[in-house]
Amino acid sequence: MTTLTQLLVAAGALLSTTGAEIPRAARQLNVVATTPDLAALAKAIGGDAVDVKSLAKPTEDPHFVDAKPSHVVTLNRADVLIDGGAELEVGWLPPLLESARNDKIAAGAPGRVSASLGVRMLEVPTSFDRSKGDVHAMGNPHFLIDPLNVRLVVAQIAEHLAKVDPASAALYRDNLRTFLATLDVKSVEWQKALEPFRGAKIVTYHKDFVYLAERYKLDVVETLEPKPGIEPSPIHLAAVIATMRAQKVKVILVQPFQNRKTAETVARQTDAAVLDVAQQPGAKANTATYFDLMDSIVHTLATALQEKK
Amino acid sequence: MRNAVLVGVLLCVSHTAGAQQVPDSTARRQQRTLDSLATALAATQARLDSVIAAPPPAAPARASGSYMNVSFVGLTDFGWSTAKDLGALQVGDHEPHARGFAIPNAELALDGTVDPYLKAFANIVYKLNAKGETGVELEEMYFLTTSLPGNLQVKGGQFFAEFGRQNAQHPHAWAFADQPLALNRMFGPEGLRSQGLRISWLLPTSFYTEATLAVMNSAGTTTYSFRSDESSAIHAGAPADRAVGSAADLLYVPRIATSVDLTDTQTLLMGVSGAFGPNNSGPGAQTQIYGADVYWKWKSPTAHMGFPFVSFQSEGLVRRYGAATRVAFDTNRVLPGETLRDNGAYAQLQWGIKPMLIAGLRADYARGDGMAVPVYATVERANRTRYSTNMTWFPTEYSKFRLQYNYDHRAGIGNDHTVLMQFEFLLGAHAAHKF
Repeated sequence: MTTLTQLLVAAGALLSTTGAEIPRAARQLNVVATTPDLAALAKAIGGDAVDVKSLAKPTEDPHFVDAKPSHVVTLNRADVLIDGGAELEVGWLPPLLESARNDKIAAGAPGRVSASLGVRMLEVPTSFDRSKGDVHAMGNPHFLIDPLNVRLVVAQIAEHLAKVDPASAALYRDNLRTFLATLDVKSVEWQKALEPFRGAKIVTYHKDFVYLAERYKLDVVETLEPKPGIEPSPIHLAAVIATMRAQKVKVILVQPFQNRKTAETVARQTDAAVLDVAQQPGAKANTATYFDLMDSIVHTLATALQEKK
Repeated sequence: MRNAVLVGVLLCVSHTAGAQQVPDSTARRQQRTLDSLATALAATQARLDSVIAAPPPAAPARASGSYMNVSFVGLTDFGWSTAKDLGALQVGDHEPHARGFAIPNAELALDGTVDPYLKAFANIVYKLNAKGETGVELEEMYFLTTSLPGNLQVKGGQFFAEFGRQNAQHPHAWAFADQPLALNRMFGPEGLRSQGLRISWLLPTSFYTEATLAVMNSAGTTTYSFRSDESSAIHAGAPADRAVGSAADLLYVPRIATSVDLTDTQTLLMGVSGAFGPNNSGPGAQTQIYGADVYWKWKSPTAHMGFPFVSFQSEGLVRRYGAATRVAFDTNRVLPGETLRDNGAYAQLQWGIKPMLIAGLRADYARGDGMAVPVYATVERANRTRYSTNMTWFPTEYSKFRLQYNYDHRAGIGNDHTVLMQFEFLLGAHAAHKF
């Protein structure tokens, strides 16, 4: 009897030990981000305690990601899902979530981070009208390009990670502090680098640099798309060329998935430079982290604006 | 306030420039403190700005915040063919059945979350027949569980059977203006759908594998190869009045599908399906349908709006229709019990050339074997081959134009050339499609 009790106690102790320690040590938290920029932030906060996957590839158009079955499996096994929360993924995330049958990442669950929560969204439409193009009901969803918005997003990520994985809460908070300290220093650098170009006029392909322009007081005078999500037409491009000539706009910002040839055609006629800028970390070499990415964007922009001054 | 901060930041900026010339560690330290203070101030300012400048909470009506998504898809077709009776050629329910214009499909789709455990979806279809009369049908209406344990999911209501790839898709997701011949032959003009329950299990494999089993009613025009009033088209006998005696008289549709990402840009999805149930050629008669499907897609790593891409899709189906001893529908002649065998397949290639422009190519066939009394062989089971090509242009995600040409060969009838034009628009909730 005594032996049996001792055995049971020993087994219980062993079970409780394995229960408390082994999962923590053996398993990283499965964090899934819809886009690589959110994934980079999650990695910065989660460190070694998390395994981060991005559904969208850095080089592809994040509005049009295929709802591939492999994404269903990824989401099914996720402990945490970070999405933009501003309908950037509305064309592909809902059917994936429906198939993934994972309560842990349902809206409102601790494992679900809606990044845009608390962010002051720009271009929130006052009425819904698709004659204005593919306007997102919750506002322009490309908000991570403003470092001040990133402050809010990383704080939210840290909070959710700590809730889902309390054992590593201290690590997440430490990483958050370190990230914010670097962000403060970097923000000053970026501010200084772009300060000389306050009010500079730029043209973009899509309305995807609005938050950057707002933060650093740049002036996006035109987009090559006549309206969001509408392919550039010759008539519209002619108008853009006229505007660029009249206002002496010398740079056109293009992301890797956008039609560079269209931008080159416009640039040739306006003596402007086409700038290859990517908003997703990893799309260009040496841009794996958010800081590297922003360094690259700011440097590319500042150099071109200086050359074209 | 904002100006004060900016002046502060600018002061810091100019001060830094000066400090760099003096290698004084105290000055540097002070500078760093100043920098971080300036940033903190800027952040505080930004937050204040957002509080002050944020629109009042009630201002924008948020579509995404509503309890139900509503959308409406309108499809207008134009069809012309060397065959006078276009309806005999284009047998699908969402295709033009007479030369000229047609509105074969206007879908009102409703979907939303019922409660923490269920989602629900309804699809109500309006269509005009060749006389301009409106028909309404409850095409689909089902609930879907969201939080069952063990990776299980249950669907219940009226729904398209998940057999193969295209059967469960709605017309606006099709790559061609018409249904493949093989699906017409096995599932009739409206596809295989019925009332029932479907259980699905996402297997714990490292790659996607999903097994589903649907148990459905086996009666009605949408269960064409089973207890359908139109079964004469298959077995040439008068349909028997056959009630449900046991669970064996229901329709069972199992399926297993699996998918792998071949490379970063290529995905392969394959599946095998079956449909087993009673038919009403006579008592005890059973039908078995087997199918295999494959879908492959390549999408550019720098895809813009999802283009360019190339996709290949193919399905093959085989039917064993156990026809009972029956009386021919037009005479009193007794037709012997026999197994009627049909098969069909299609293969289609889509090339998304550049944003919003897709070219398509499809080859298609369906065959049926002879009957014990050959004179009763139905036109619906005759051999047929078809080649189609089309071009689809999407002005935006919410509308599309399609021009399609079909070259048809029907055994015993001859060759026909058909042109189909389609225009489609979408109102309401954003279209989101499964892979």
